[in-house]
Amino acid sequence: MIRLAEKRLSKKGSTLTKLLTAATLAVSCNVASAADPLKVGFVYVGPTGDAGWTYAHDEGRKYMVDQLGDQVETTFVESVAEGADSERVIRQMAAKGHDLIFTTSFGYMNPTLKVAKRFPKVKFEHATGYKRGKNTGTYFARAYQGRYLTGLIAGKMTESNVIGYVASFPIPEVIRGINAFTKGAQEVNPDVKVKVVWASTWYDPAKEREAAETLILQGADILTQHTDSAAVIQAAQSKGKFAIGYHSDMSPYGAKAHLTATIHNWGALYTQKAKSVLDGTWKSEDLWPGIAEGVTDLAPLNDAIPADVKALVMAKKQEIKEGKARVFDGPVLNQAGEEVVPAGQSMSDNDLKGFNWYVNGVEGQLPKS
Amino acid sequence: MMFNRIALEKRSSDSKTMSYLSPVLAILLTLISGGLLFASLGQDPFHALHTFFVAPLSDLYGWTELGTKVAPLLLCAMGLTLCFRAKIWNIGAEGQFILGGLGGGYIALELLDVEGLWVLPCVLIFGALCGMFWAALAALLKTRFGANEILTTIMLNYIALNWLLYGVHGPLKDPEGFNFPESAMLSEFTTLPVIFDDYRLNISIYFALFAAAVIWALMSKTLIGFQISVMGEDKAAARFAGFKETRLTWFVLLTCGALAGLAGVSEVTGPVGQLTPYISSGYGYTAIIIVFLGRMHPVGIVLASMLLALTYMGGEMAQMDLSLPKSLTGLFQGMLLFYLLACDLLISYRIVRKPASKNHSQSATQNINAQA
Repeated sequence: MIRLAEKRLSKKGSTLTKLLTAATLAVSCNVASAADPLKVGFVYVGPTGDAGWTYAHDEGRKYMVDQLGDQVETTFVESVAEGADSERVIRQMAAKGHDLIFTTSFGYMNPTLKVAKRFPKVKFEHATGYKRGKNTGTYFARAYQGRYLTGLIAGKMTESNVIGYVASFPIPEVIRGINAFTKGAQEVNPDVKVKVVWASTWYDPAKEREAAETLILQGADILTQHTDSAAVIQAAQSKGKFAIGYHSDMSPYGAKAHLTATIHNWGALYTQKAKSVLDGTWKSEDLWPGIAEGVTDLAPLNDAIPADVKALVMAKKQEIKEGKARVFDGPVLNQAGEEVVPAGQSMSDNDLKGFNWYVNGVEGQLPKS
Repeated sequence: MMFNRIALEKRSSDSKTMSYLSPVLAILLTLISGGLLFASLGQDPFHALHTFFVAPLSDLYGWTELGTKVAPLLLCAMGLTLCFRAKIWNIGAEGQFILGGLGGGYIALELLDVEGLWVLPCVLIFGALCGMFWAALAALLKTRFGANEILTTIMLNYIALNWLLYGVHGPLKDPEGFNFPESAMLSEFTTLPVIFDDYRLNISIYFALFAAAVIWALMSKTLIGFQISVMGEDKAAARFAGFKETRLTWFVLLTCGALAGLAGVSEVTGPVGQLTPYISSGYGYTAIIIVFLGRMHPVGIVLASMLLALTYMGGEMAQMDLSLPKSLTGLFQGMLLFYLLACDLLISYRIVRKPASKNHSQSATQNINAQA
């Protein structure tokens, strides 16, 4: 079996094998029979070694390969710019005989749909978007649930009552994360303030680190991030502060500083999607799984977290898992302290998907729109 | 004690043939180094180079994609050629591109519900005017206040990018787009027609080739082209001949702005089809490399833009077929530039071995000490 993605590991293979591989591939594109593996393609926005967003997707891909073995064959293209280039990459994948293609960044939404129209037999899955088509589904994780839990930890553990948040771009997904985190922190500590610095990048370790250091200078003793590298963890580690990671367990980058992280387990979702294509039950749908489905989770908790805080987090996590509590259950206050969602009500998924205001406790103005 | 010093000595005259051969040589060296690199990664070098440079162009689709990538690069590069020939170092094609895209995109969104064949030309012209306006700021600062155009144009690039971000995060975002920073998709009447039904190559490639032809004719056949060259070669001589430096500065910057703006609006009304934060992919910066790679000659620039576009496409192919990392694309582009600069240096200078320091002043030629 040829596993394209695994080939990078086996560095020394004979030329003959390589040529045969290429030849086999070319053939398998043309004559697809039932015994052929399902070709699954992934389009990544960052490098697979970013330790964050793309890394998590690639771990998901590997998990799927482990689960389905010979039934699937995977390819990925990394660091694909979200402009006009992405359409070419997606189209090229479809043209090369991939049966299922995951496009894992918001900016690929319209390019994915454009390509999907031309390749009606190929199934497309777009992460974080809201437009679907006959052969295009969407998926995302309820990462905000993890954000809320980490907010509880930060609210309990901060001594300066200032928490720093390195953010990327003011889109609903990021604002939702800031709000969930702040709501968690505020629930356990009404004096806490969350300061946000917009790094205006998804992945730029230097800029992320600079933002983190700025926040530390402004008095933040706990940092968290909505960017893709581990630079914020590293900054906290070197300055003796705490930090909460995102996308994947970032403890290797700062074991002392890393309290925990909100992580995505895409593997189960990818396996399920690939299976559904294999057995012909795939349909275009919008999946938004979270803690209950195990797609959103927390990395192991640092021993520096007091036992009672750990217990609180675990209890809340259980409530969310069982659907007894939701993150944005009222009362939800805006920055002015006005009640936007009264007690007893909760924000709808559609409201969450279009978040464009800060909750009480976030400092500063949302970049004006 | 006498040490032999390796020094660079200016040649008395540059070889004309070599200055055209040096890009070819640089490409050859890049291919050889690339082959060695692939071999060290455990790949068959010929198969890998084939995947990188030939496979992307093995069908019509590949060529149309190349054209799609070349069109904006070529438009920007032709404008920059004019500036660089006059030694006006305009680094601002990126900003002019973005402003053209933003302005044109804005008009296109305003005219979303309007039908008619006149709509698209309006959008394109307005985009070009916006690019021109952005270049005019740099021209004004240079001619009126003597501000260095390298600095002003770089800064204007950032301002343009932030205008775009303001637009797509703010007033221009799709009202039905859940606050995501993208505009609505443009309508059929504000989208550039494609050349082949199934592919996305659009008529902007004609604009680009036409621009290349016009700039070539301008530079080689007209008085103003001659004036631009003279101004670039020798400012004092140009002044002495009575050429109006200010007017020429305005002319080259405005032309470049219009072309870069047209590239921007063509990208927005073409392959992208809406305003997003990523309309550019760095075309304005890549175009600078292309101009130098192409020896500021239209034919060279057309070839250079094809080559650079090909390295992007080849990089994608190499990832898909050979599971090689993305960094290879950057490595290839870096090697190409390195070899080109190295070859260029050796056209103008030769390496000589000299006895040690005391005869520093002896030679009248300019010496550059490469190594002490």
